[in-house]
Amino acid sequence: MNNFSYLQATQPKEATGAVRDNQQAAFIAGGTTLLDLMKLNVETHDQLVDINMLAFKGIEQTADGLRIGALERMSDVGENPLVMQQYPVISQSLLLAASPQLRNMASIGGNLLQRTRCGYFRDTAFPCNKRQPGSGCPAQEGENRGLAILGGSKDCIATFPGDLAVALVALDAVLLLENAKGKQRRVPLVDFHLLPGSTPQRETVLEPGELIVSVTVPAAAHTRKSMYLKVRERSSYAYALASAAVGLDVQGGQIRSARVALGGVGTKPWRSREAEKVLTGAPATEATFRAAAAAALREAQPREHNRFKVELAQNTLVRALTELTA
Amino acid sequence: MTDNFPPDSADRPDGPVPSDGRRSFIKQATGFLGLALAPPLISQAERLTAISKKVEGVTEMRLKVNGTVRTISAEPRVTLLDALREKLDLTGSKKGCDHGQCGACTVLVDGRRINSCLTLAVMNQGKEITTVEGLAKGEELHPLQASFIEHDGFQCGYCTPGQLMSGVACLKEGHAKTDGDVREWMSGNLCRCGAYPNIVAAIRQVEKSGFKS
Amino acid sequence: METEPSFFETSPTPNVVGKPLNRVDGRDKVMGRAKYSAEYPIPGLTYGVLKTSDIAKGKIQSIDTSAAAKQPGVLAIYTHLNIPKLAVTPNDADGKKAIGAPMGFMPLTSDVIFYAGQPVAVVVADTFERATHAADLVRVTYTTEQPIAAYTDPKAKIFDPAKIQDGKTDGKTRRGDARAALASAPVQLTAVYTHAINHHNPMEPGATTAVWDAPDRLTVYESTQGVTRTQKALSTMLGLPQDQVRVITKYLGGGFGCKGSCWPHTVLTVLAAKGVGRPVKLSLTRKQQFTSMGHREDQTQTLTLGATKEGKLTTLIHEKTSTTSPWDNYAESNSKIINMLYDCPNFEASYQLARGNVMTSTYTRAPGEAPGSFALESLMDDLAYKLNIDPIQIRLLNHADKDPTNGNPWSSKSLKECYARGAELFGWSKRNPKAGATRNGRLLVGMGMATASYPVHNSQGMARVRLYADGHAVVQSGATDLGTGTYTVMTQVAADSLGLPPEKIRFELGDTKLPTAPNSGGSVAAGTVSSSVYMAAQDVWGRLTKLAIKDKKSPLFGAKSEEVAVENGRLQLKKNKAKGEGFMALMKRAGLDDIEGSGSGKYGAGYETGQAASPATSGNAEKPATHSMHSFGAHFCEVQVDPDLGTVRVTRWVSVHGAGRILNAKTARSQIIGGSIFGIGAALMEATHRDNQFARYVNADFADYHIPVNADIPDMTVEFIDERDPYINAMGVKGIGEISMVGVSAAVANAIFHATGKRVRDLPITPDKILATKAV
Ligand SMILES: Cc1cc2nc3c(=O)[nH]c(=O)nc-3n(C[C@H](O)[C@H](O)[C@H](O)COP(=O)(O)OP(=O)(O)OC[C@H]3O[C@@H](n4cnc5c(N)ncnc54)[C@H](O)[C@@H]3O)c2cc1C
Ligand code: SF4
Ligand code: FES
Ligand code: FES
Repeated sequence: MNNFSYLQATQPKEATGAVRDNQQAAFIAGGTTLLDLMKLNVETHDQLVDINMLAFKGIEQTADGLRIGALERMSDVGENPLVMQQYPVISQSLLLAASPQLRNMASIGGNLLQRTRCGYFRDTAFPCNKRQPGSGCPAQEGENRGLAILGGSKDCIATFPGDLAVALVALDAVLLLENAKGKQRRVPLVDFHLLPGSTPQRETVLEPGELIVSVTVPAAAHTRKSMYLKVRERSSYAYALASAAVGLDVQGGQIRSARVALGGVGTKPWRSREAEKVLTGAPATEATFRAAAAAALREAQPREHNRFKVELAQNTLVRALTELTA
Repeated sequence: MTDNFPPDSADRPDGPVPSDGRRSFIKQATGFLGLALAPPLISQAERLTAISKKVEGVTEMRLKVNGTVRTISAEPRVTLLDALREKLDLTGSKKGCDHGQCGACTVLVDGRRINSCLTLAVMNQGKEITTVEGLAKGEELHPLQASFIEHDGFQCGYCTPGQLMSGVACLKEGHAKTDGDVREWMSGNLCRCGAYPNIVAAIRQVEKSGFKS
Repeated sequence: METEPSFFETSPTPNVVGKPLNRVDGRDKVMGRAKYSAEYPIPGLTYGVLKTSDIAKGKIQSIDTSAAAKQPGVLAIYTHLNIPKLAVTPNDADGKKAIGAPMGFMPLTSDVIFYAGQPVAVVVADTFERATHAADLVRVTYTTEQPIAAYTDPKAKIFDPAKIQDGKTDGKTRRGDARAALASAPVQLTAVYTHAINHHNPMEPGATTAVWDAPDRLTVYESTQGVTRTQKALSTMLGLPQDQVRVITKYLGGGFGCKGSCWPHTVLTVLAAKGVGRPVKLSLTRKQQFTSMGHREDQTQTLTLGATKEGKLTTLIHEKTSTTSPWDNYAESNSKIINMLYDCPNFEASYQLARGNVMTSTYTRAPGEAPGSFALESLMDDLAYKLNIDPIQIRLLNHADKDPTNGNPWSSKSLKECYARGAELFGWSKRNPKAGATRNGRLLVGMGMATASYPVHNSQGMARVRLYADGHAVVQSGATDLGTGTYTVMTQVAADSLGLPPEKIRFELGDTKLPTAPNSGGSVAAGTVSSSVYMAAQDVWGRLTKLAIKDKKSPLFGAKSEEVAVENGRLQLKKNKAKGEGFMALMKRAGLDDIEGSGSGKYGAGYETGQAASPATSGNAEKPATHSMHSFGAHFCEVQVDPDLGTVRVTRWVSVHGAGRILNAKTARSQIIGGSIFGIGAALMEATHRDNQFARYVNADFADYHIPVNADIPDMTVEFIDERDPYINAMGVKGIGEISMVGVSAAVANAIFHATGKRVRDLPITPDKILATKAV
């Protein structure tokens, strides 16, 4: 890891200004993504701006719904009674992620900004368009077992590995961002992450120096009846091979509203309006769930080693919907 | 390179033993562990002032480890784990991966378990850091340490400090109420020797003994 | 053998041997006081960091160290151009042999790149961070050639080696006429098994702290399973007398075979320390661990069996193809267990290799036995289902009453008891014999079992006992404790041999200054070191007996030494036990504060024949005596398979083994549990993926190379069958470190078959493979 200076910011402006003015600077919250990647030389920064003193805290029910400060820790949000009862999918996505230690460290904002686990990206000896634009994407023909089947391009098929973002994107979460001028804007999470296209190095719409302040999730019937199902290669402490975040409002056996997102299979947290369309207004039956799952994966473009994810993601979604309505 | 500040005896895990030698082991353990896991003794204001805002190059840092404030000279890029192991000779905390992937480096910071390899020493000034060296009271083992020995909760011992710190936190968090809970909430600590069933037994015994941290 | 004392006679009812004594090093381990090899606070210590190759094949064109050298605190940067030279390298066959090197190439001896991750420079600086960053700043340019990643690469040239495994095993083995027998076999089965690359991944990565005490004297704190082997390797390479290299390993954070040899990073650290004239400490990063200390090779096995309609084996034909390095013909000897496990008159085995741009694979817990048993025990299961015979029954039907490879009787074998007891503990009789017929809600439930066996390798070692007149003793042997419990079990053996309570024993190990012990590998440590300790104690008693019978004040005065026996530290007449005295009284009268004895313990055939095996080695050419020597056991596994999500969970586990005398019931149970978990990892999740184009690993870390976590493992039941084996060593001990993992992956795969009715022959059995079985 290269040497850097460390700045502890006590005001948002101090932090945003420092990072806007220096392309080589970065915010540090929990550090669990940042230091990991810096030790690998995948990222190099000459200044780290510690934002932990900023007041981006709080887990509360507001008129707009659930508001979570960007500096709340995964463990605190995951075990918060309000979140557990009213937004189970969020709680579950957090408690099924990483490990208890990491969840104590990792912030909500940082979690949304975690980067792919693509093995080529994480090793500077390989070419990789995301890390080094234009160098190529060996994953297309290489070890792509863990990589994305949805949203990829010929330049990158890196999976977005996180869990929380999948839950949040399903529930129409909106981020509050603040830039160096102190200006705030709201961005729906679904628009926050970018598809790789021909610029896989650009992952979000965040401007230089812009901070995530908080995330808000509108309350609805489908937030209370929601769940997260994660399939992985070992029982815990592993990223998703496939996951599904689902929220349903079912009345008299009919689905009135549905929210569906998939994890482990997309280049970004994968909201599936296609599946929601099939579900909405349909009876809550296995046949409906199967049809929804087929719709969600219709556009899938598997590669040599990740073909299984097409079936796995569908089964995961069907299982989540089945369990939720059981 | 490292100064050893005279510790405040009240904060010291191996400080003077109360004259009342009849206190039960559990109670004693409660006393000293309670301290480690309680909210930080230093006030927030003190923390703020204790920390310089911009740090560059080699500087002095003050880390409060196991109740003792110690000073090190280090660059900002030094992780808490490397500060403990290389600057303070507290090699109980282990490095198994250096990337948050194994749990061998688990320590408590302000009573919460974290992976010390993915945090910077400079960020942990003014916090209460507890390592495996701070678990026992002198030669008197923490109940979980004793239980690990009894249940053979380790083989090579390299993951053990991390398991113990994680286990202490697991008990305190209330995540040790069933075997299944312990398995899940101890899954952030890999053990290549495969001591898992014994680790579960060791933690469960302490939980069942009514130990309150 | 008749002339040597044996523990069976001198301690017919042991006090502490066999008991579940807590680990004597437990306190140090739970208090964080146990010092591993990178934890010695040596004055003037500096930090070494490896710079490794980005490419897998080619040549170094240039190395620019200028930016790195300018970094503050950087003391030196060594490349092939300036690193101190070795007297002997393993780069030729003679050198390799003299060194006992695990691979026939030493990095930084030339500009050639053979494998990805090959060290190209060593950077030394005053802090870890500075050394690490400076290594990043070393700029290396290469001329790159297209590497070969594996035997599966179409460009790979497959060849038939005369010998594999460092010349220890023949490339071809033949017994009877396997092909003819197959042609006439009424039942024929053949199947192909593949095994992913596995890495040992001990929790403590390889680590070396090298201290030159004088220009020609070296002390190395090394994370190794064998201090003597490391000492020999280093002294040979450095051209120093062996006694001028001291190797110390007081605590070892696991090894599993990868720490059984002296690997390049150790040598490079030693050279760097010599160069900078200061102590250097070097720890491998987890990623470097994947390319620094070997691995279990990627391999395909084809196994064919012929049997009678009743299920009696008539022939077995085994072929294995695997990837090896550019220099060595290494392959695990899978065929050995296939040759000996069942009574089968005809057998044929052959190995094929292809050279890839990879480092040499190496001994990995139960090398050969683990993947070999996966193939055999899976196919036996197929045979059982095909003929509608219970899986245990088919194994009993083919039980080898004698060693099928040479007709020798077994020194001891309790396999039938293992099956019976295991079945009882597991509730095997309640199992529905039909596959795919047991459900728990959505989940498919399956139960499977497999046989385990591991050979007793020839070995010998030495130990020293110093008994003090005040009733305590220091016992020494240069063994290592990988976590296997050596400290503890040797304390127990010494306690009983000396008639002292274990608290009065201090057992010291892990130092070449101590009497030589074999590598802790091949499951030889417990048997060899315990026998050495026991023999050393007998030596002490011999000396004290001589003293007593000459001492007029002793009740034993005038007796003949063969009339005297020792029981619980008391020397007494065999015929009249009342006549005798304790050693303390005797020593005090003689004015002895302490007395020393030494002993040499033999393990395996050497013990039976009384012939020496070369010291400090294990697994050297087996010369069977009149008995064949193996541990045997059986694993029973229950799984629950989610057919839609492809996930497999092990829900119950029973292992029963017959492994000679169990020295410590508690640590032995832990060993079996640990080996089973290691095997469950190989069965269900462990795989290192090597990119085909770059011959480089893409998941060399603990997040993407999955080993089991706590939540993967159920409670486990372990038992041992009492065995009394007088042929293997003075203690009657067989090893248990490796048998614990033999057959495990087959037991899991067999349980999966029973659950799903589908056979997966490709390890690890990850969700994608379960899903794929539904498609066919
Ligand atoms: C071994 C391992 C396993 C893991 N497993 C999982 C898993 O199963 N599921 C899962 O979802 N995650 C997993 N994670 C990822 C983990 O959740 C993230 O690393 C963590 O959430 C990041 O949060 P942080 O606060 O540590 O971020 P940091 O590392 O501090 O920051 C990450 C990035 O976000 C930026 N940043 C941080 N906060 C803000 C903010 N408020 N505004 C703007 N920018 C900001 C930083 O500059 C940096 O670029 C795992 C991580 C590890 C190491
Ligand atoms: S998939 Fe994306 S991250 Fe992976 S190698 Fe290709 S470009 Fe890089
Ligand atoms: S060393 Fe910190 S988690 Fe492995
Ligand atoms: S005891 Fe060795 S890794 Fe856990």
